[in-house]
Amino acid sequence: MNSIIELKNVTFEYKNGDEDRVVRALDRVDLAIEEGSFTGIIGVNGSGKSTLAKNMNGLMLPTEGEVFVKGMNTRDPETIWQIRQSVGMVFQNPDNQMVSAIVEDDVAFGPENLGVDPEEIRRRVDQSLTDVGMYDYRKKAPHMLSGGQKQRIAIAGVVAMLPDVIVFDEPTAMLDPKGRREVLEIIRKLNEESGKTVVLITHFMDEVARADRVIVMDDGKVALDGKPREIFLEVEKLKELGLDVPFATELADRLRKEGVDIPEDVIFMEELASEIEKRVKNQCQSESNI
Amino acid sequence: MLKDITLGQYYPGDSVIHRMDPRFKIIATLLYIVALFIMVNFTSYIFTVTFLVVVVALSKVPLKFILRGMKPIFIILILTFLLNLFLTRGGDNLFSIGFLSITTQGLRSAVFLATRLILLITASSILTYTTKPIMLTDGIESLLKPFKVIGVPAHELAMMMSIALRFIPTLMEETDRIMKAQMARGADFETGNLITRARGLVPILIPLFIGSLRRADELAMAMEARCYQGGEGRTRLHSLKYSYLDLIGAIAIAALLAVLIVQRFWFA
Repeated sequence: MNSIIELKNVTFEYKNGDEDRVVRALDRVDLAIEEGSFTGIIGVNGSGKSTLAKNMNGLMLPTEGEVFVKGMNTRDPETIWQIRQSVGMVFQNPDNQMVSAIVEDDVAFGPENLGVDPEEIRRRVDQSLTDVGMYDYRKKAPHMLSGGQKQRIAIAGVVAMLPDVIVFDEPTAMLDPKGRREVLEIIRKLNEESGKTVVLITHFMDEVARADRVIVMDDGKVALDGKPREIFLEVEKLKELGLDVPFATELADRLRKEGVDIPEDVIFMEELASEIEKRVKNQCQSESNI
Repeated sequence: MLKDITLGQYYPGDSVIHRMDPRFKIIATLLYIVALFIMVNFTSYIFTVTFLVVVVALSKVPLKFILRGMKPIFIILILTFLLNLFLTRGGDNLFSIGFLSITTQGLRSAVFLATRLILLITASSILTYTTKPIMLTDGIESLLKPFKVIGVPAHELAMMMSIALRFIPTLMEETDRIMKAQMARGADFETGNLITRARGLVPILIPLFIGSLRRADELAMAMEARCYQGGEGRTRLHSLKYSYLDLIGAIAIAALLAVLIVQRFWFA
């Protein structure tokens, strides 16, 4: 597989306005995102995960090091718009990323900026609104919609630009549980059915349980990097970093400590449930044999 | 509550006036206002009034709405009427009590001026009643484009207007929320004199203002992420197109102007 985004030794520093001290948000990060993959990035507030996202499409430029998108350097003003077309971004607050007072005009904003023909814009707007299940709302005003619906519109706006990668910067942080489920389902579909490379930044660990790869950020550095099953096993380390371990993982860990024999790679609730069921059944059988 | 306010004063509909191009409607309104200032005699008034009555009828905007538009200028209207009625001298004396007297000239100019004001307000409210705010901004952008060479930032102005339209309901909601939060902490917005009440608004305005700056910052970032680089090389989903309706409208307004010019220079 090819890497579609490459960060090479990226350091990002900014001045803290109040005290004039330099804050290092990213500290020599080396990272490559595989084409077509689903990468989850987690970390506590101030761990540098959001800065990392904004460095991926040139919204922020590294203080040191380079970022390449499909081989294009984000420092190059010639290719910056190509990079931003290729790496779309969905932000945390759905209200603050909508430009227009009509849903379909907002979705059209990106393609309009790219200079796409009006008929093609029409086609893309209809298609991407259908993809996120919001086609019936195309004439509505965004402020009449729920948070989850607004965030789906924001996703449609990015999808209409036909990006290769979509970076989601805490897209569910301001949503209710229902909105959160809807948005996560769309993210999963975009990756599995439309083949988009997805980078999902979040501080909810259960949202990245189904990712191909999880990166844990801490203090501007990559603290852990691996498959979700590998990462979730590091219960102690995750807690040390201030992260909440998913309930199933936590429970499995405690049972193991109590001497119950649960396999190491159990991280999902359903897996754990069936494991416990097996144990209980075995126990009942052995008891009835006596 | 605050969420329910309507934006601008658009009256949804699908009449021939609604379907006209916003650019044409803006120009036609301006021309009509010009027409109001070149009319001189009774015949011209008949023509301008009839023209607008036909337009209002075609737009299918209820009369109630048109009258509502008059409300804010009602006082000015009455004042203009009375001042003209009593203070204009000339013609025959019709009526007088003490120092007040009404002359034929006075009655004439009072009626004409009031009519002119009513027509002016009605014409401009028909424009906003039949054109969506977003279409108005598009129309203004398109009309201002030729003035770009002398430095008029047409695209930027239109973008500012449409973002403002987009954020009015959002900021209303936020004001509502802040007010409730301050009220929950014992703030009182209803009692006291004007100064106390004005001072009471400070704890609302400051968070609102700071919030808007944060929003502006995030919006700018989101717009850049979606490749916004100004008006250059941008295409539009809804490109404005003139139709035969605009042609008919143009002929009508041209005919009205022609009649008024003839009236002014040959018959007056």
